This record gives sequence, structure tokens and C-alpha cells, in this order.
Amino acid sequence: MSSQLLTYLFVGLTFSVYIGIALWSRASSTNEFYVAGKGVNPVANGMATAADWMSASSFISMAGIISFLGKDGSVYLMGWTGGYVLLALLLAPYLRKFGQYTVPDFFGTRYYSKTARLVAVLCLIFISFTYVAGQMRGVGIVFSRFLEVEIHVGVIIGMVVVFFYAVLGGMKGITYTQVAQYCVMIFAYLVPAIFISILITGNPIPQLGFGDTLVNSSTYLLDKLDQISIDLGFSAYTENSKSNIDIFCITAALMFGTGGLPHVIVRFFTVPKVSDARKSAGYALVFIALLYTTAPAVAAFSRVNFIESIQEKSYFDSPDWFKNWESIGLIAWKDKNDDGLINYSVGEAFEGGRPIFSGTNGPQGEREINNSITKDNQNEVYIDRDIIVLANPEIAKLPAWVMALVAAGGLAAALSTAAGLLLVISSSISHDLLKKTFMPKINERQELFYARCSAAFAILIAGLFGIYPPGFVAQVVAFAFGLAASTIFPALLLGIFFKRVTKEGAIAGMLSGLFFTTSYIIYFKFLFKDLNTNANWLFGISPEGIGFIGMLINLIIALLVTYLTPKPPIEVDQMVDKIRLP
Amino acid sequence: MTPRDYWKANLKLLTILLIIWFVISFGFGIILSDFLDQFSLGGFKLGFWFAQQGSIYGFVLLIFAYVIGMSRIEKKVQENNKDT
Repeated sequence: MSSQLLTYLFVGLTFSVYIGIALWSRASSTNEFYVAGKGVNPVANGMATAADWMSASSFISMAGIISFLGKDGSVYLMGWTGGYVLLALLLAPYLRKFGQYTVPDFFGTRYYSKTARLVAVLCLIFISFTYVAGQMRGVGIVFSRFLEVEIHVGVIIGMVVVFFYAVLGGMKGITYTQVAQYCVMIFAYLVPAIFISILITGNPIPQLGFGDTLVNSSTYLLDKLDQISIDLGFSAYTENSKSNIDIFCITAALMFGTGGLPHVIVRFFTVPKVSDARKSAGYALVFIALLYTTAPAVAAFSRVNFIESIQEKSYFDSPDWFKNWESIGLIAWKDKNDDGLINYSVGEAFEGGRPIFSGTNGPQGEREINNSITKDNQNEVYIDRDIIVLANPEIAKLPAWVMALVAAGGLAAALSTAAGLLLVISSSISHDLLKKTFMPKINERQELFYARCSAAFAILIAGLFGIYPPGFVAQVVAFAFGLAASTIFPALLLGIFFKRVTKEGAIAGMLSGLFFTTSYIIYFKFLFKDLNTNANWLFGISPEGIGFIGMLINLIIALLVTYLTPKPPIEVDQMVDKIRLP
Repeated sequence: MTPRDYWKANLKLLTILLIIWFVISFGFGIILSDFLDQFSLGGFKLGFWFAQQGSIYGFVLLIFAYVIGMSRIEKKVQENNKDT
């Protein structure tokens, strides 16, 4: 069977499972729509949380990024797992005990004001849309490469599937499809990783193969990788090139940001008991760690494979995957030194970031580009980091069904996260904006109807982002985490652990965190991109890590304002006492 | 055990676990990472291993330590309530 047919088969099969689950788990009340009736088993919730959390960027992009960054890539590994410790210890049990439907619910009650609720809704919608845009782009990439359909057809198919289970099933439908999606995703990630680990090191466990010796040699994989990297002009793979303070702040911003991401927090609202919320966070991290400890191994394996399979080969003799990805514009080669061979080394091969193809072909049949050539380096290869995981099975010459599996896994990762985010958006519109703020008189059936409408509306917007991706998707991811870390996380933390914190304190803290982080990121990422270098940064902290400073500012302002304003009412005091008990 | 004692016991457990959380990630994985790199664990430099593997295993253990610790504290609360 051809690999394309296999891919259609795998993707079709998994999609019908998702739709089947959607039909079986329709939501009939707002309780089921928002929090799956609070009856989800903690292990199932752990799996659903893992699928919710691991997005297209974890599945498709992360190993590729680490592969190019080496040790600097550790910020993503630690940052996107360490946040679960904070969730399990500092937030999840108390928010579950609080027992309402949405994260802004907590803001509205604990900070006794509609303004606090609205500020939370604002931050939450912004964070969620930022994130959703990236997921839909992931769906588009997978469809266009593996199924050779136009990107917009792929996005529309994805939208229809999400529409089924998110609009019909709400949180209930999403939870059980996410469990299925986790299984597809992890299987699709581990199978090629195990194959490649065996091929390169002879060790079937990627986490161990990563630190093992190469087949038929006594050299360790990582030592060899350090050597190759240095030979090509990069810094050693196992050493940092960023400064420690920057690595510290980026890791912290990602961790605290994880703790403040609404689509993850609401997952803990769906379990029956407080103790289940703790357990569930533990299971979630086990399921996440399975992929996150494999990713750096995949990164190292594919780095070696990638370099060895193209370096100093002629384009004519280059492997098929090189030409396939070139044909959709994610790889480009320009023979700068006219030796007819592919030379990969440090630096950008040409000006302007992405390749602009001229439409003509060079002497060996390669696609010619119009970009002007950079003269300060010998690198001739442009490669989009996102393709590493997707191309990995091809690079390692694995059988066709493995590639089909990876395509289905990538789609599962993107769709499960998109659904979780869409639910957060729709519940904040129907529950927080309509029911709790502007239309308090609507009854439950009407609220459920509005919830479905806003889910459908959110899917449409997300689809548009996928078809017409805004050029700033990559930049705004830093935004999502920075904002979650500097607004939502500290306000939740203070709300639970410091009874004295007043609504004025919390709102002032959130707005100053929001203002500081937003202006820093906009300044360096949008207004003055040329200035975005170490020398100009505040204390040497990049825009990716500034959310951590935003969080500290939030905490300081919140506490200062708190002591200048009157104590919160006695009911709030009692409510906090209540959520602190099991 | 009063609600106040319960909360105190919770905070104590939290503090200990969060200190370990900080040490294995920000400590061993970032600040002391270069220093630890002089030791090795199989083919891994130790600091690199903490940054890309060890800290993640540690996080998982920490959450389960909290789950077990809290269920012990909650058991104590229930027993005390029976006595009184």
C-alpha cells in the first residue's frame, strides 16, 4: 500500500473514532458542557489533560527546536513540565474545592467584583486565541504535506471534526476524545523514537539510548554530536549558548505560565473529589513526561541523522525527504560555493528568513531562490525546524506505516489542544460574559444554547487563523505564556494563600503585570525588531522570559495596594477558609 | 487536628517539596548545571541530564509525594474527628 493511502486510512480511522465518541457523549446540561458533570476518573482526566496540554508545538515543533538549540532547548522541557508541580501543589486542589465552572468564576467570587472577572476574561480570551492559531497552523502543515490537499481544505476538515465533539459534547465530549487522542499521539511519538533509537544506539529505550554509545562504536552519541556541532561551527550540543539569567527567566515564565493557562486549570474542575485533583495532576505529568523525556532523545538522534544524510552529498543524490520538503518550501538549498555539494553549517544561508522561490530550477533540479545570499558564512541550507519530527521517520528510512502514524499523531495533538482552548473561550463568553455579567436572567437551557453558539463561533475564528495564518504566530506564543505568568497565575496564588489580598490589589497587580509584559514584548518583537538583542534587554532577559519579571511586579503591586485598601468582606474570608479544607 | 493544624501541615509539606522542585530544576538544571557537567552519568554529562531528563522525573515524583503526604494528613484529620 502506498504511504499516502496508509495515511488516509490512519487519519480517517482516528477521525471516525473521535466523531463516534462525540455522538456517544453528548452534553445535556451546562454542568456537563462546562465540567463534564464533575465525574471524570482521575486517570482518564490525567490522559485528557496530557492531550489538552501537548499541542502541535509539543508534538511537531519541540523536538525540532531542541535539535537545533541543543542544551538551550532545555527551557522548554523543564518549563513545560515543572508547571505541573505548581498546579498540583498550589492551585488545582483548591480550585476544585471552590467547585464552580470557569477560572473567571474564581476571580469574580474571591475578588468580589465584576471588574476582576472581566479582566480575567480578557486575559483568558487573548491567551486562548493566541494558542489556537498555532494549532490550526499545525493541522494545515500535516494535511498539506501528508495528504497533499490544499491547506484550507485540511483546516476545514479539522474544523468539522472539532465542531462535532466540542459543540455537541462540550467538556464531556472533549474529555473522552482527548483520552483517545492521547493514545494515538503517544503511540505515534514513541514508535518512530524506539525504531530510531535501536538503529542508532541499539538501545530500544530512547531515554537510555540518548546516553548510550553508537552502534558498532565505543563513542557516546552525545560526544559525537558535540564533535559534529563544533566541526560545523556551532557551539557544543550539550552546552548552553544563552546566558544563565535568560535561561532561568524563560524557564520560570514557562512554568508559571503553565500554572496560569486556563484550559489546563479547568481540566481539574472535572474530577469528583479534591484528592482526585491532586492525583490527576500526577497522572497528567506521567503521561506528559512520557513524551517530554523522549523528545530530547529524538532531537539528538535526528540531529545526527539529518546532518549525516545530507552533508556533502550532491542534490541529485540527496534523499527523497529532502526534495519532498523542498517542494513545499520548508527546505531550500543554494549552492553558494559552486561545488555541486550540499554544505550545511552555522548561520543563515540567505537573507530574509523564508526562501522566495523564483519558479526556475538549478543545474541539479533544485528550486532556485530569489533571496540575496549571505556572505559571512558557508551555510547553504535553509530548513524549517518544524519538519524534524514529521520528517524523522523518512530520514531514518522507516516503513511507510510509521509515517502515516506520525501524521495521525500530529493531528491528534493539534485537535485535542484546539478543542480544550475553544471550550475555555466558549464558556467564558456564555458563562462569564452573558450569564454572570450582561444577561443574568437567562435560564440553563438558554445558557447551554449560547455555549454551543459561542463554541461554533470560536471554531470559525480559529479556522480563519489556520487558513490565513497571521505572520506573528511564532512571536505570540511568548505572549501567551508571558501573560498567563504575569496575570492569571499570581492572582490565583494570592487569592488562595493570602486572605488579606483585596480586589483593588489583585486588579492593580494584574493590570500592571499585563501592561509591563505586553509593552516589553511589543517593543522588542513588533516595534523594534532590530534592537532585540542581549545588549538591549533589561538585565539580559529576552522577551520570552520577561513574563517572570511581570509576575514579580504583579505580586509586589498587588501586596502594596492591598495594604492601602480596606480588608475584603468577611464572606470572602470564609470562602477562602472553606477552599483550604479538603 | 483542627483546620488550622491541617493548613499548617499542608504548608509545611508544600514548602519542603517546592524547595526540592527549585533545586532539581533551577539549581541542578540551570545554575549549577555547568559545574555538574564535570561528572557524568553513562554518556550524559550530569548537568545536561538534569536539564533534559532528571528534572522531569523529579517533578513526577514530587507530585506523587504530595498526593501521599496529603492523604496521610487527611487520614489523621478523619481519625481525630472520630475521637472527638
